[in-house]
Amino acid sequence: MSKWYIGVGEQSDIVVSTRIRLARNIADYPFPNKLNTKSRTQLNNLIRDAVMKNNEFSLKFIEMKTLTRFEAASMAERHIISPEFASSADGRALMLSPDEDISIMLNEEDHIRVQVMKPGFALDEAYELADKIDDSLNADFNFAFDSRIGYLTQCPTNLGTGMRASVMLHLPALTMTGRIHRLINTVSKLGLTFRGAFGEGTAAVGDMYQLSNQITLGISEESAIKNLKAITLQLCAQERSAREELLGDSNAEDSIYRAYGMLKWARLLSSKELMENLSLVRLGSVTGKINVPIETINELMISMQPASINVMAGKRLDERERDIIRAKTVREKLG
Amino acid sequence: MLCQNCGKYEATTHVKRIVNGETAEAHLCSDCAAALGYTDVFGGFTNTFSDLLGSFFGEPAVSALSSRTVRCEKCGNTFNDIVNSGKLGCADCYRTFYDKLLPSIQRIHGKTRHEGKTPKAVKVEADSPQNKIIRLEKELKDAVERQDFEKAAQLRDEIKAVKESGKNE
Repeated sequence: MSKWYIGVGEQSDIVVSTRIRLARNIADYPFPNKLNTKSRTQLNNLIRDAVMKNNEFSLKFIEMKTLTRFEAASMAERHIISPEFASSADGRALMLSPDEDISIMLNEEDHIRVQVMKPGFALDEAYELADKIDDSLNADFNFAFDSRIGYLTQCPTNLGTGMRASVMLHLPALTMTGRIHRLINTVSKLGLTFRGAFGEGTAAVGDMYQLSNQITLGISEESAIKNLKAITLQLCAQERSAREELLGDSNAEDSIYRAYGMLKWARLLSSKELMENLSLVRLGSVTGKINVPIETINELMISMQPASINVMAGKRLDERERDIIRAKTVREKLG
Repeated sequence: MLCQNCGKYEATTHVKRIVNGETAEAHLCSDCAAALGYTDVFGGFTNTFSDLLGSFFGEPAVSALSSRTVRCEKCGNTFNDIVNSGKLGCADCYRTFYDKLLPSIQRIHGKTRHEGKTPKAVKVEADSPQNKIIRLEKELKDAVERQDFEKAAQLRDEIKAVKESGKNE
Protein backbone atom coordinates (compact mmCIF):
# COMPACT_ATOMS: atom_id res chain seq x y z
CA MET A 1 0.00 0.00 0.00
CA SER A 2 1.27 3.44 -0.91
CA LYS A 3 2.32 5.44 2.15
CA TRP A 4 0.52 8.65 3.11
CA TYR A 5 3.56 10.90 2.66
CA ILE A 6 3.89 10.15 -1.03
CA GLY A 7 0.43 11.54 -1.68
CA VAL A 8 -0.53 15.03 -2.79
CA GLY A 9 -3.30 17.12 -1.23
CA GLU A 10 -4.70 20.65 -1.03
CA GLN A 11 -2.22 23.52 -1.40
CA SER A 12 0.49 20.94 -2.10
CA ASP A 13 2.61 23.53 -3.92
CA ILE A 14 3.45 24.82 -0.42
CA VAL A 15 1.80 22.69 2.27
CA VAL A 16 3.60 19.35 2.19
CA SER A 17 1.70 17.68 5.01
CA THR A 18 -0.59 18.09 8.00
CA ARG A 19 -0.30 16.45 11.40
CA ILE A 20 -2.52 16.27 14.48
CA ARG A 21 -1.19 14.88 17.73
CA LEU A 22 -3.20 14.22 20.90
CA ALA A 23 -1.66 13.53 24.31
CA ARG A 24 -3.71 11.30 26.62
CA ASN A 25 -3.11 9.51 29.89
CA ILE A 26 -5.14 6.75 31.44
CA ALA A 27 -6.66 7.71 34.79
CA ASP A 28 -5.37 5.88 37.86
CA TYR A 29 -2.01 5.00 36.31
CA PRO A 30 1.07 7.11 37.13
CA PHE A 31 2.66 8.77 34.10
CA PRO A 32 5.27 6.72 32.15
CA ASN A 33 8.24 8.28 34.00
CA LYS A 34 6.88 6.69 37.22
CA LEU A 35 6.21 3.27 35.71
CA ASN A 36 8.80 0.50 35.44
CA THR A 37 9.29 -1.51 32.26
CA LYS A 38 6.97 -4.28 33.46
CA SER A 39 4.07 -1.93 34.28
CA ARG A 40 4.55 -0.07 31.01
CA THR A 41 4.46 -3.33 29.08
CA GLN A 42 1.30 -4.37 30.95
CA LEU A 43 -0.33 -1.07 30.09
CA ASN A 44 0.69 -1.44 26.42
CA ASN A 45 -0.92 -4.87 26.31
CA LEU A 46 -4.07 -3.55 27.95
CA ILE A 47 -4.38 -0.86 25.30
CA ARG A 48 -3.49 -3.33 22.53
CA ASP A 49 -6.23 -5.75 23.64
CA ALA A 50 -8.83 -2.98 23.74
CA VAL A 51 -7.89 -1.61 20.31
CA MET A 52 -7.55 -5.02 18.65
CA LYS A 53 -11.07 -6.08 19.74
CA ASN A 54 -12.60 -4.68 16.58
CA ASN A 55 -9.55 -2.86 15.19
CA GLU A 56 -11.57 -0.44 13.09
CA PHE A 57 -8.42 1.40 11.95
CA SER A 58 -6.52 -1.80 10.95
CA LEU A 59 -3.63 -0.97 13.25
CA LYS A 60 -0.61 -3.19 13.70
CA PHE A 61 0.87 -3.49 17.19
CA ILE A 62 4.66 -3.27 17.34
CA GLU A 63 6.76 -3.60 20.47
CA MET A 64 9.65 -1.18 20.00
CA LYS A 65 12.17 -3.70 21.34
CA THR A 66 11.48 -5.92 18.30
CA LEU A 67 12.82 -3.24 15.93
CA THR A 68 16.46 -2.55 15.10
CA ARG A 69 17.88 0.83 16.03
CA PHE A 70 17.83 1.82 12.34
CA GLU A 71 14.24 0.75 11.83
CA ALA A 72 13.22 2.94 14.77
CA ALA A 73 15.36 5.86 13.55
CA SER A 74 13.92 5.46 10.05
CA MET A 75 10.40 5.77 11.51
CA ALA A 76 11.47 8.99 13.21
CA GLU A 77 12.78 10.23 9.85
CA ARG A 78 9.33 9.56 8.38
CA HIS A 79 7.85 11.52 11.31
CA ILE A 80 5.82 8.46 12.34
CA ILE A 81 7.37 8.56 15.81
CA SER A 82 9.27 11.23 17.70
CA PRO A 83 13.09 11.07 17.82
CA GLU A 84 12.74 10.77 21.61
CA PHE A 85 10.49 7.71 21.20
CA ALA A 86 13.00 6.13 18.80
CA SER A 87 15.85 6.70 21.27
CA SER A 88 14.68 4.08 23.78
CA ALA A 89 12.65 0.90 23.30
CA ASP A 90 12.17 0.35 27.03
CA GLY A 91 8.51 -0.54 27.71
CA ARG A 92 7.34 1.23 24.59
CA ALA A 93 5.04 0.12 21.80
CA LEU A 94 3.58 1.52 18.62
CA MET A 95 0.30 1.01 16.78
CA LEU A 96 0.52 1.81 13.10
CA SER A 97 -1.95 1.85 10.19
CA PRO A 98 -1.01 0.17 6.88
CA ASP A 99 -0.32 3.43 5.02
CA GLU A 100 1.28 4.91 8.17
CA ASP A 101 -1.12 7.87 8.40
CA ILE A 102 -2.15 6.82 11.93
CA SER A 103 0.44 6.10 14.57
CA ILE A 104 -0.20 5.70 18.26
CA MET A 105 2.87 5.87 20.48
CA LEU A 106 2.43 4.08 23.79
CA ASN A 107 4.46 5.19 26.79
CA GLU A 108 6.27 8.04 25.12
CA GLU A 109 6.12 11.07 27.45
CA ASP A 110 2.43 10.30 28.02
CA HIS A 111 0.67 6.91 28.01
CA ILE A 112 -0.92 7.59 24.64
CA ARG A 113 0.14 9.87 21.82
CA VAL A 114 -2.29 9.64 18.90
CA GLN A 115 -0.90 10.98 15.67
CA VAL A 116 -2.70 11.45 12.34
CA MET A 117 -0.88 12.65 9.25
CA LYS A 118 -2.25 13.65 5.86
CA PRO A 119 -0.65 14.93 2.67
CA GLY A 120 -1.22 18.60 1.85
CA PHE A 121 -3.38 21.01 3.83
CA ALA A 122 -5.94 18.82 5.61
CA LEU A 123 -6.32 20.03 9.19
CA ASP A 124 -10.06 19.33 9.48
CA GLU A 125 -9.80 15.89 7.96
CA ALA A 126 -6.83 14.97 10.16
CA TYR A 127 -8.48 16.30 13.34
CA GLU A 128 -11.72 14.49 12.58
CA LEU A 129 -9.87 11.19 12.35
CA ALA A 130 -7.76 11.86 15.48
CA ASP A 131 -10.94 12.79 17.35
CA LYS A 132 -12.58 9.53 16.24
CA ILE A 133 -9.59 7.49 17.43
CA ASP A 134 -9.65 9.40 20.72
CA ASP A 135 -13.37 8.60 21.18
CA SER A 136 -12.77 4.97 20.43
CA LEU A 137 -9.96 4.79 23.05
CA ASN A 138 -12.14 6.71 25.47
CA ALA A 139 -14.82 4.03 25.13
CA ASP A 140 -12.45 1.60 26.87
CA PHE A 141 -10.39 3.86 29.10
CA ASN A 142 -11.06 6.69 31.49
CA PHE A 143 -8.65 9.50 30.69
CA ALA A 144 -6.83 11.62 33.27
CA PHE A 145 -8.78 14.87 33.12
CA ASP A 146 -9.54 17.85 35.32
CA SER A 147 -12.48 20.09 34.47
CA ARG A 148 -10.35 23.17 35.26
CA ILE A 149 -7.15 22.40 33.36
CA GLY A 150 -8.30 19.75 30.89
CA TYR A 151 -6.45 16.60 29.85
CA LEU A 152 -3.64 15.96 32.32
CA THR A 153 -0.22 15.40 30.78
CA GLN A 154 3.22 14.67 32.17
CA CYS A 155 4.50 18.04 30.98
CA PRO A 156 2.30 21.04 31.75
CA THR A 157 3.00 22.47 28.27
CA ASN A 158 0.43 20.00 26.88
CA LEU A 159 -2.35 20.57 29.45
CA GLY A 160 -5.82 21.45 28.21
CA THR A 161 -6.67 19.92 24.86
CA GLY A 162 -3.35 18.03 24.66
CA MET A 163 -3.55 18.79 20.97
CA ARG A 164 -0.67 19.85 18.79
CA ALA A 165 -1.74 20.64 15.22
CA SER A 166 0.94 21.31 12.65
CA VAL A 167 1.58 21.83 8.97
CA MET A 168 4.83 21.31 7.10
CA LEU A 169 5.48 24.16 4.71
CA HIS A 170 7.91 24.43 1.81
CA LEU A 171 8.99 28.08 1.73
CA PRO A 172 11.97 28.40 -0.64
CA ALA A 173 11.11 31.87 -1.97
CA LEU A 174 10.57 33.41 1.47
CA THR A 175 13.85 31.83 2.57
CA MET A 176 15.82 33.03 -0.47
CA THR A 177 14.53 36.57 -0.15
CA GLY A 178 15.30 36.55 3.59
CA ARG A 179 11.74 37.56 4.48
CA ILE A 180 11.32 34.40 6.52
CA HIS A 181 13.13 35.84 9.57
CA ARG A 182 10.65 38.65 10.05
CA LEU A 183 7.77 36.24 9.54
CA ILE A 184 9.13 33.82 12.14
CA ASN A 185 9.18 36.67 14.64
CA THR A 186 5.69 37.85 13.80
CA VAL A 187 4.14 34.39 13.83
CA SER A 188 5.74 33.54 17.16
CA LYS A 189 3.86 36.44 18.72
CA LEU A 190 0.56 34.95 17.58
CA GLY A 191 0.77 31.87 19.79
CA LEU A 192 2.27 29.62 17.13
CA THR A 193 5.61 27.83 16.90
CA PHE A 194 7.46 28.17 13.61
CA ARG A 195 10.71 26.30 13.02
CA GLY A 196 12.73 24.10 10.65
CA ALA A 197 11.01 20.76 10.02
CA PHE A 198 14.08 18.59 9.44
CA GLY A 199 17.21 18.27 11.49
CA GLU A 200 18.04 19.78 14.84
CA GLY A 201 17.77 23.38 15.91
CA THR A 202 16.28 26.18 13.89
CA ALA A 203 18.02 25.78 10.53
CA ALA A 204 15.42 24.76 7.97
CA VAL A 205 16.96 22.01 5.84
CA GLY A 206 15.46 21.98 2.35
CA ASP A 207 13.47 25.14 3.16
CA MET A 208 10.98 22.99 5.07
CA TYR A 209 9.27 24.59 8.05
CA GLN A 210 6.87 23.35 10.65
CA LEU A 211 4.12 25.61 11.93
CA SER A 212 2.14 24.50 15.01
CA ASN A 213 -0.01 25.80 17.84
CA GLN A 214 2.03 26.60 20.92
CA ILE A 215 -0.69 26.85 23.51
CA THR A 216 -3.07 24.05 24.47
CA LEU A 217 -4.87 25.42 27.54
CA GLY A 218 -7.74 27.89 27.32
CA ILE A 219 -8.16 27.47 23.59
CA SER A 220 -10.47 24.87 22.07
CA GLU A 221 -9.32 22.43 19.38
CA GLU A 222 -11.57 24.22 16.91
CA SER A 223 -10.15 27.69 17.64
CA ALA A 224 -6.55 26.46 17.62
CA ILE A 225 -7.08 24.84 14.21
CA LYS A 226 -8.88 27.91 12.88
CA ASN A 227 -5.92 30.07 13.97
CA LEU A 228 -3.40 27.75 12.40
CA LYS A 229 -5.39 27.63 9.17
CA ALA A 230 -5.60 31.41 8.88
CA ILE A 231 -1.86 31.90 9.46
CA THR A 232 -0.98 29.05 7.08
CA LEU A 233 -3.04 30.61 4.29
CA GLN A 234 -1.38 33.97 4.87
CA LEU A 235 2.07 32.41 4.71
CA CYS A 236 1.05 30.59 1.50
CA ALA A 237 -0.04 33.87 -0.06
CA GLN A 238 3.26 35.50 0.92
CA GLU A 239 5.27 32.59 -0.42
CA ARG A 240 3.36 32.64 -3.73
CA SER A 241 3.97 36.33 -4.25
CA ALA A 242 7.66 35.91 -3.37
CA ARG A 243 7.82 33.06 -5.90
CA GLU A 244 6.34 35.24 -8.62
CA GLU A 245 8.93 37.95 -8.01
CA LEU A 246 11.74 35.43 -7.82
CA LEU A 247 10.86 33.50 -10.96
CA GLY A 248 10.97 36.61 -13.11
CA ASP A 249 14.68 36.61 -12.33
CA SER A 250 16.88 34.49 -14.60
CA ASN A 251 19.28 33.68 -11.71
CA ALA A 252 16.54 31.85 -9.84
CA GLU A 253 15.56 29.94 -12.96
CA ASP A 254 19.20 28.98 -13.46
CA SER A 255 19.45 27.71 -9.86
CA ILE A 256 16.43 25.47 -10.39
CA TYR A 257 17.84 23.86 -13.55
CA ARG A 258 21.30 23.50 -12.00
CA ALA A 259 19.77 21.72 -9.01
CA TYR A 260 17.89 19.41 -11.36
CA GLY A 261 21.11 18.70 -13.27
CA MET A 262 22.97 17.97 -10.05
CA LEU A 263 20.36 15.44 -8.90
CA LYS A 264 20.24 13.79 -12.35
CA TRP A 265 23.98 13.34 -12.71
CA ALA A 266 25.71 13.32 -9.33
CA ARG A 267 27.44 10.10 -8.26
CA LEU A 268 27.72 11.11 -4.60
CA LEU A 269 24.92 12.94 -2.79
CA SER A 270 24.93 13.88 0.87
CA SER A 271 21.66 14.24 2.80
CA LYS A 272 22.05 18.00 2.94
CA GLU A 273 22.85 18.32 -0.78
CA LEU A 274 19.83 16.24 -1.66
CA MET A 275 17.50 18.33 0.47
CA GLU A 276 18.85 21.65 -0.82
CA ASN A 277 18.61 20.63 -4.47
CA LEU A 278 15.29 18.86 -4.01
CA SER A 279 13.90 22.09 -2.58
CA LEU A 280 14.73 23.92 -5.81
CA VAL A 281 13.46 21.07 -7.98
CA ARG A 282 10.20 21.09 -6.01
CA LEU A 283 9.90 24.81 -6.69
CA GLY A 284 10.56 24.12 -10.38
CA SER A 285 7.99 21.32 -10.39
CA VAL A 286 5.11 23.26 -8.79
CA THR A 287 5.74 26.27 -11.02
CA GLY A 288 5.66 24.09 -14.15
CA LYS A 289 9.32 24.49 -15.13
CA ILE A 290 10.44 20.94 -14.48
CA ASN A 291 8.40 17.85 -15.17
CA VAL A 292 8.98 15.85 -12.00
CA PRO A 293 5.87 14.72 -10.09
CA ILE A 294 5.59 16.05 -6.52
CA GLU A 295 4.97 12.47 -5.38
CA THR A 296 8.50 11.53 -6.48
CA ILE A 297 9.98 14.53 -4.67
CA ASN A 298 8.02 13.75 -1.47
CA GLU A 299 9.18 10.15 -1.56
CA LEU A 300 12.85 11.05 -2.07
CA MET A 301 12.73 13.67 0.65
CA ILE A 302 11.47 11.12 3.17
CA SER A 303 13.15 7.88 2.11
CA MET A 304 16.68 9.08 1.36
CA GLN A 305 17.53 10.03 4.95
CA PRO A 306 20.44 8.15 6.58
CA ALA A 307 18.63 5.59 8.75
CA SER A 308 16.09 4.84 5.99
CA ILE A 309 18.95 4.04 3.56
CA ASN A 310 20.48 1.72 6.15
CA VAL A 311 17.14 -0.07 6.47
CA MET A 312 16.83 -0.31 2.69
CA ALA A 313 20.33 -1.80 2.45
CA GLY A 314 19.67 -4.12 5.37
CA LYS A 315 22.90 -3.13 7.12
CA ARG A 316 24.75 -0.22 8.62
CA LEU A 317 26.56 1.69 5.88
CA ASP A 318 29.15 4.39 6.26
CA GLU A 319 28.45 7.88 5.00
CA ARG A 320 30.19 7.45 1.65
CA GLU A 321 28.35 4.21 0.91
CA ARG A 322 25.08 5.97 1.68
CA ASP A 323 25.98 8.91 -0.56
CA ILE A 324 26.55 6.47 -3.45
CA ILE A 325 23.21 4.69 -2.92
CA ARG A 326 21.41 8.02 -2.49
CA ALA A 327 22.82 9.40 -5.76
CA LYS A 328 21.99 6.18 -7.62
CA THR A 329 18.41 6.00 -6.34
CA VAL A 330 17.78 9.67 -7.10
CA ARG A 331 19.16 9.25 -10.67
CA GLU A 332 16.87 6.28 -11.27
CA LYS A 333 13.80 8.02 -9.85
CA LEU A 334 14.35 11.17 -11.91
CA GLY A 335 14.86 9.02 -15.03
CA MET B 1 -3.51 41.52 50.02
CA LEU B 2 -2.35 38.02 50.88
CA CYS B 3 -0.01 35.97 48.71
CA GLN B 4 -1.95 34.11 46.02
CA ASN B 5 0.28 31.10 46.31
CA CYS B 6 0.55 30.33 50.04
CA GLY B 7 -2.24 32.57 51.33
CA LYS B 8 -0.27 33.16 54.52
CA TYR B 9 1.91 36.21 54.06
CA GLU B 10 1.40 39.69 52.71
CA ALA B 11 1.95 39.87 48.95
CA THR B 12 4.94 42.09 48.25
CA THR B 13 5.80 41.03 44.69
CA HIS B 14 3.32 42.09 42.03
CA VAL B 15 3.89 40.77 38.52
CA LYS B 16 1.92 41.61 35.43
CA ARG B 17 2.53 39.52 32.34
CA ILE B 18 1.06 39.72 28.89
CA VAL B 19 1.01 36.40 27.09
CA ASN B 20 -0.67 36.24 23.67
CA GLY B 21 -2.57 39.42 24.42
CA GLU B 22 -3.93 38.07 27.71
CA THR B 23 -2.97 39.98 30.81
CA ALA B 24 -2.10 37.89 33.84
CA GLU B 25 -1.36 39.27 37.28
CA ALA B 26 0.35 37.53 40.15
CA HIS B 27 0.53 38.80 43.73
CA LEU B 28 3.01 36.85 45.81
CA CYS B 29 4.95 37.00 49.05
CA SER B 30 8.73 37.21 48.68
CA ASP B 31 9.30 33.52 49.48
CA CYS B 32 6.76 32.24 46.98
CA ALA B 33 7.96 34.71 44.35
CA ALA B 34 11.45 33.29 44.71
CA ALA B 35 10.18 29.72 44.69
CA LEU B 36 8.15 30.26 41.54
CA GLY B 37 10.95 32.04 39.72
CA TYR B 38 9.35 35.47 39.63
CA THR B 39 12.34 37.28 41.07
CA ASP B 40 14.02 37.66 37.71
CA VAL B 41 11.16 38.43 35.35
CA PHE B 42 13.34 39.91 32.67
CA GLY B 43 15.85 37.11 32.61
CA GLY B 44 14.99 33.50 32.16
CA PHE B 45 14.45 33.55 28.40
CA THR B 46 16.44 30.46 27.62
CA ASN B 47 17.14 28.66 24.41
CA THR B 48 17.16 24.96 25.02
CA PHE B 49 14.08 22.95 25.77
CA SER B 50 15.42 21.48 29.00
CA ASP B 51 16.31 24.92 30.33
CA LEU B 52 12.81 25.99 29.46
CA LEU B 53 11.33 23.04 31.34
CA GLY B 54 13.27 23.86 34.46
CA SER B 55 12.20 27.49 34.39
CA PHE B 56 8.50 26.58 34.25
CA PHE B 57 8.64 25.88 37.91
CA GLY B 58 11.41 28.22 39.01
CA GLU B 59 13.90 27.31 41.72
CA PRO B 60 13.00 25.27 44.77
CA ALA B 61 13.67 27.58 47.68
CA VAL B 62 10.98 27.76 50.31
CA SER B 63 9.74 24.23 50.81
CA ALA B 64 12.64 23.52 53.18
CA LEU B 65 11.09 26.08 55.51
CA SER B 66 7.83 24.23 55.93
CA SER B 67 7.79 21.75 58.82
CA ARG B 68 6.34 18.84 56.85
CA THR B 69 6.84 18.08 53.19
CA VAL B 70 3.68 17.39 51.23
CA ARG B 71 3.85 14.30 49.03
CA CYS B 72 1.53 13.20 46.27
CA GLU B 73 -0.34 10.25 47.79
CA LYS B 74 -0.34 8.33 44.54
CA CYS B 75 3.24 8.58 43.24
CA GLY B 76 5.13 10.02 46.20
CA ASN B 77 6.38 13.12 44.38
CA THR B 78 7.09 16.26 46.38
CA PHE B 79 6.75 19.68 44.76
CA ASN B 80 10.55 19.85 44.70
CA ASP B 81 10.70 16.56 42.74
CA ILE B 82 8.47 18.16 40.12
CA VAL B 83 10.54 21.33 40.03
CA ASN B 84 13.78 19.40 39.68
CA SER B 85 12.62 16.99 36.98
CA GLY B 86 10.22 19.32 35.15
CA LYS B 87 7.81 16.38 35.08
CA LEU B 88 4.60 15.55 36.90
CA GLY B 89 4.45 12.00 38.25
CA CYS B 90 0.75 11.31 37.87
CA ALA B 91 -2.65 12.93 37.49
CA ASP B 92 -2.96 13.26 41.29
CA CYS B 93 0.14 15.50 41.39
CA TYR B 94 -1.99 18.14 39.67
CA ARG B 95 -4.62 17.91 42.41
CA THR B 96 -2.10 17.77 45.27
CA PHE B 97 -0.02 20.73 44.06
CA TYR B 98 -2.73 22.55 42.12
CA ASP B 99 -2.28 25.94 43.80
CA LYS B 100 1.49 25.77 43.58
CA LEU B 101 1.42 24.76 39.92
CA LEU B 102 -1.14 27.30 38.82
CA PRO B 103 1.28 30.26 38.44
CA SER B 104 3.55 28.12 36.22
CA ILE B 105 0.59 26.95 34.16
CA GLN B 106 -0.47 30.56 33.78
CA ARG B 107 3.03 31.47 32.62
CA ILE B 108 3.15 28.70 30.02
CA HIS B 109 -0.30 29.11 28.52
CA GLY B 110 -1.40 32.60 29.55
CA LYS B 111 -4.64 30.96 30.69
CA THR B 112 -5.71 28.54 33.41
CA ARG B 113 -9.14 27.38 32.26
CA HIS B 114 -9.61 24.48 29.88
CA GLU B 115 -11.71 25.04 26.79
CA GLY B 116 -12.50 22.30 24.32
CA LYS B 117 -13.10 18.59 24.36
CA THR B 118 -14.17 16.79 27.53
CA PRO B 119 -13.79 13.01 27.78
CA LYS B 120 -17.00 11.06 28.15
CA ALA B 121 -16.88 9.31 31.49
CA VAL B 122 -15.52 12.36 33.30
CA LYS B 123 -18.24 14.59 31.95
CA VAL B 124 -20.93 12.57 33.70
CA GLU B 125 -19.15 12.45 37.04
CA ALA B 126 -17.23 15.63 37.55
CA ASP B 127 -19.26 18.12 35.58
CA SER B 128 -22.70 17.46 37.00
CA PRO B 129 -23.91 20.62 38.78
CA GLN B 130 -24.24 18.77 42.12
CA ASN B 131 -20.63 17.54 42.03
CA LYS B 132 -19.42 20.93 40.94
CA ILE B 133 -21.20 22.62 43.84
CA ILE B 134 -19.78 20.08 46.29
CA ARG B 135 -16.28 20.66 44.96
CA LEU B 136 -16.61 24.44 44.96
CA GLU B 137 -18.03 24.46 48.49
CA LYS B 138 -15.05 22.47 49.70
CA GLU B 139 -12.71 24.90 47.99
CA LEU B 140 -14.63 27.79 49.55
CA LYS B 141 -14.26 26.28 53.01
CA ASP B 142 -10.51 25.83 52.44
CA ALA B 143 -10.18 29.40 51.19
CA VAL B 144 -11.95 30.79 54.24
CA GLU B 145 -9.77 28.68 56.52
CA ARG B 146 -6.60 30.12 55.05
CA GLN B 147 -8.18 33.60 55.04
CA ASP B 148 -7.92 33.97 51.25
CA PHE B 149 -11.03 36.13 51.04
CA GLU B 150 -10.46 37.22 47.49
CA LYS B 151 -10.54 33.59 46.35
CA ALA B 152 -13.49 32.91 48.66
CA ALA B 153 -15.52 35.73 47.12
CA GLN B 154 -14.74 34.41 43.66
CA LEU B 155 -15.80 30.88 44.66
CA ARG B 156 -19.02 32.17 46.26
CA ASP B 157 -19.92 33.84 42.96
CA GLU B 158 -19.10 30.65 41.05
CA ILE B 159 -21.33 28.56 43.31
CA LYS B 160 -24.12 31.07 42.90
CA ALA B 161 -23.74 30.94 39.12
CA VAL B 162 -23.87 27.13 39.05
CA LYS B 163 -26.98 27.10 41.27
CA GLU B 164 -28.66 29.75 39.10
CA SER B 165 -27.93 27.91 35.86
CA GLY B 166 -29.29 24.72 37.46
CA LYS B 167 -32.59 26.49 38.16
CA ASN B 168 -32.93 27.73 34.61
CA GLU B 169 -32.51 24.32 33.04
